Order: sequence, then C-alpha cells, then structure tokens
Amino acid sequence: MTLADATVTLSTDAAEGHTLSASGVHAWFGSHLVLEDINLVAEANTVTALIGPSGCGKSTFIRILNRTHELVPGAQMAGEVILNDEDIYGPSSRPTVVRRHIGMVFQKPNPFPAMTIAQNVLAGPKLNKIKVTDPDELVEVSLTRAGLWREVKDRLDKPGGSLSGGQQQRLCIARSLAVHPDVLLMDEPCSALDPTSTRRIEETIGELRDLITIVIVTHNMQQAERVADHVAFFLAEENEPGRIVEQGSTAKIFEDADDPRTSDYVHGVFG
Amino acid sequence: MTAAPTSVEPRLLLSAPTRGDRIFRGILSGSASLTMVILALIGLYLLSGALPELRADGLSFFTSFRWTELGPFGIGAVLYWTVTIALISLTIALPVSISLALAITQYASARVAAVLTILIDLLAALPSLIFGIWGLIFLQPRLVPVSEWLSQHLGFIPIFNVHGTNFKSSAFIAGVVSSLMIMPIITSIAREVFSRSPQGEVEAAYALGATRWSVIKTVVLPFGRGGIVGGAMLGLGRALGETIVVVLIVSPTFLISPRILESGANSVAALIALRIGEAHGIAVNALMAAGLTLFLVTLLVNMIASAIVSRSRSGAGVEL
Ligand SMILES: Nc1ncnc2c1ncn2[C@@H]1O[C@H](COP(=O)(O)OP(=O)(O)OP(=O)(O)O)[C@@H](O)[C@H]1O
Ligand SMILES: [Mg+2]
Repeated sequence: MTLADATVTLSTDAAEGHTLSASGVHAWFGSHLVLEDINLVAEANTVTALIGPSGCGKSTFIRILNRTHELVPGAQMAGEVILNDEDIYGPSSRPTVVRRHIGMVFQKPNPFPAMTIAQNVLAGPKLNKIKVTDPDELVEVSLTRAGLWREVKDRLDKPGGSLSGGQQQRLCIARSLAVHPDVLLMDEPCSALDPTSTRRIEETIGELRDLITIVIVTHNMQQAERVADHVAFFLAEENEPGRIVEQGSTAKIFEDADDPRTSDYVHGVFG
Repeated sequence: MTAAPTSVEPRLLLSAPTRGDRIFRGILSGSASLTMVILALIGLYLLSGALPELRADGLSFFTSFRWTELGPFGIGAVLYWTVTIALISLTIALPVSISLALAITQYASARVAAVLTILIDLLAALPSLIFGIWGLIFLQPRLVPVSEWLSQHLGFIPIFNVHGTNFKSSAFIAGVVSSLMIMPIITSIAREVFSRSPQGEVEAAYALGATRWSVIKTVVLPFGRGGIVGGAMLGLGRALGETIVVVLIVSPTFLISPRILESGANSVAALIALRIGEAHGIAVNALMAAGLTLFLVTLLVNMIASAIVSRSRSGAGVEL
C-alpha cells in the first residue's frame, strides 16, 4: 500500500499499527508564520493529545497531518510528515489518498444532513468510488466501533441531521472509520458536547486505540489525562509562532513537567 | 406545552420608535406600496385596453395563428416562439453559467475570481441593444455555418431539420444571442449560493478523501439546487421579455414549426415593438392583449423564481 495508490483494502480485522511522525514542521498563513519547527511522533496504536492555549496552532498542526491545511487559500507549510515510511507531502503522494489513510473528526459535528445515517457511514467509500462488498456489515461494524450502533440500529434510514449533537459526532467518527484509516485526527471532538456524550466518545477512543493511531486536540485537561498516552504542549508567546514547549508521557506532563509553563498550564494557572 | 391555567394574558409589547426609525419605516412602506400601485395600474391599464380584443376573438386569441390588418388576431405562434427562444437561450446559458459559477467559487484563485465577478457584473449591466447589435453584426454570420452543420448532421431530429436554405433569422440565433444576456444573472445567483455551501460538510468530504469534483457533486451542487433553479427562472423571465434582440435578428412569422434553425420566429415583445407604431383601431387592442399576456407570464415566472431563490437563501444558515 502506498500513498499514491488509488485503491484501498477494506479489511475489517486489526492490521499492524501505523506510526505518524512529523519533523521540522512550519506553517504560514500568507507570510505570517504560525508554527515553528514542530517535531512529534504519534506511535502506532497510541493516543497523542495536543494541548495549549487558544491560537497557538493546534488546529493548524493537526490539519497539516492530513493535508487539509493546504485547502486554505494562502496556507503554506514546510517540513515532513511520515506515515508508513512515506512522506505524505512527497512528490508521488496524492492528497486524496493521504486523507483517506488519515481521517479527521472536526470540532463541530458535520454529518451530511440530506443523507441517511447509513448513507453517511458509506459516504467515504462512495466518494472514493470504492466498491463495498457488504455495505450492511460495514455500516454495522463502523457504527459499533464508534459506539453508536445500539442507539441507531433501528433507524438507519433516518437523516443524519436528526441525531443529537453527541450522536452526530459519533456518526462522524463512524463515517471516518468506514474508510479504514490508519490514523484518526480529532480536533476538539467533544467541545460542543455534554458530559455524557463526552464520556461516551472517550470510551470510543479507548476502544479504537487497538485499531488505529489517534491524535486529539483538547482544551479539557481531564480529558487529555484520561485518554492520552502521550501529551504535547503547544504555546505561542506574544508575536511569536507556536512551538511545542514540552512533550512526553501523560504522567510526566501532568505530574512532573520540566517546564514551569507546562505545569502552570495543565494545572490551570494560566491559559 | 399546555396553556397556563391562570388568566394571565400575554402582554402587548410596545416600544417607542425613534424619529429616524419612523422616517425610515415611512419611506420603506411608502415605496413598497408605490411599487404595488404601479404594478396594479399597469395591469389594469393593459386589461382595459385588451378587453375589446378579447371580447372579439375570445380564447382563440391565444390559440390561433394569424395576424391580419384589422383582425381576427391570434398569438398562438407568437407565444410558441417566445417560449422556444427563451428555452433555447436557457439551454445554452444554464450549463455555461453553472460552470462559470463553479469555476469562480471552487477553482479560481481569489484574484481571478474577483476579476471574473466584476466582468460578469459588467456584462449584466450592458443594455440589450448592445447585445443585439453585436449579435446581428458579429455573431449572426458566424452562427449560420453552425446551423448548417447541425442541420446536415443532426437533421433527422425534427428540431434541427431545415426546409430551404435560409438560416439567418432563426429562433436558434436569437436564442444564442439572448443566452449571452441572461448568462450573467444566472451566473451571479449561482455564484452566490455556491459560495455559501456549508464549510463543515465541504471539509468533511475532503477529509474522507474526496476529490474537488466529488465535493462539488455531493455538497456544493445539492446545496445550491434551489439557487440554480431560481436563477434559471429569473433568466427565463428576462429571455421571455426580450425585445430588441428578436426584433433585430428574426424575421417574424405567425406559423408554428419545430425547425428552430430555419429563418422565421417571433416574440410577443418584438411583435408589439414592430407593430405598435402603425396600428390603429382594434389592432391596438390586440397588441394590448398580447402585452397583458406577456405581463402575466413574466410576473408569474419571476414570482416563482424569487420564491425559490429566497427559500434557498434561508436554508443557507442550516449547517448541521
Ligand atoms: N485561515 C486562517 N487565515 C489566517 N490565519 C489563520 C487562519 N487560521 C488560523 N490562523 C492563525 O493561525 C494561528 C493558529 O490558529 P489555530 O486555529 O491553529 O489555533 P488553535 O491552537 O487551534 O486555537 P483554538 O484552541 O482556539 O482552536 C492563529 O494565530 C490564527 O489567528
Ligand atoms: Mg483549533
């Protein structure tokens, strides 16, 4: 499997893990540098949390990880992002294929409102013109993995927009899982949700860890502590681009940070 | 919710408008009712002028194909050609406009998009006489070979068949020229709805690995459908009332034929423009009746169009 590959195998069993590593990543909007020299490795089958105050470039960084950054007019980047020994920005890689391997869940749930729940789940294969041999099974497996199957199995033909916000977000997760990504990126997936839905999605993340590599942006320190194996703290000082101040295991960042700014932030002293 | 059992009445909410508010509201409602009054006056005037003719010819005014010095009159063929020319121009303008609007909103860089938008708006502001003259002098001679080619190769289809060799003054050429006139308005409405396509869904589709074209197919076009239909209706309304292009290009006929490439067509507006000068007696009433017909048809088409356009606008905020 390569990133230039036009086809994708839709196996339903857990494959071996996929490591995503970014090195020397810079980002600009126009001529404005917003990220400088970001180095981060998301190990296979782990959850990496990106934390930091608003505006420090977390969303920009996570969007660089699946080539959605370049959809913004004037956006530029430098550096490398390696998935399975291949640079996703390499000359032979295609953005559409990269995005299929590295899925993304957004802050605001965004199901296709005119499609049914089942059609939403199948939207990825359909958009990529991939033949699905057993669509019913793919719908069930994806919704089950996203923790939504039991709630919607009797109304798969209802519009995706008819679900609650938390259910919509899990539908979006199911939709991302249906193309069998190697990595799932989540940008503040719970910020619009109530505590129960948030809990449900955190459980989902815990279950998905065995299948894929996850990178999540969150403003909720307890959430980072609960779901992440590895935490990176981003910070943009005044009139400076965002940088990673410190990263390490969750325990290290929350209990024994080296940099005082990190411990101040994770313990709510500022930010 | 059930009604409150108490005898509490909802309170009438009053607010003291400022003087500026009052003046503004006065101007607004004044000009709104003025428009209605003018519209009603025109309608009534046309109706009273048309009545003598409608009494004389009855329903056959709309269904028969004849136009003599002093009656009887029938605009069946004129209506037919009016609609045919409008449909020809819509058939050409619609795909061009949608492609242009997609190019501007989805493909072009910000600067190219801005330039294209200005150019198209300028085109929309040109008087139709300019299009007519240009169509007559520049386009007509160049479109005749196209007509010839079509009739040679597709002549087995009745609409592309031609009796004789006169291609110059056909409904097709008039339709092409008026398509240039309605293209800007359809383009700018389509551009507007396309640029409002819900960002969340667009990004969701990209993040699933969609190409630009599949994003357009799954999100942009379905979302913009109302705007496209409404814009097409507005363009249709304008093409139906088009006068000068038809006057300059077609040679008038009062007979119906399916052969759009052949010389000979007509339109209600062109009929009136050509005949009103020397008409007298009942012929004036007949032209008024034709005008009333056009008035009602375009009013209807435009009302449907604006209803559709405004409905698709209000849906623009819905981003689930
Ligand atoms: N489309 C854009 N055009 C120009 N500048 C942008 C754009 N998007 C983001 N920026 C700038 O890039 C910087 C990083 O923004 P980003 O959205 O990545 O921050 P963030 O860490 O995700 O913040 P938050 O926690 O509020 O979501 C900010 O200074 C922001 O102003
Ligand atoms: Mg963000």
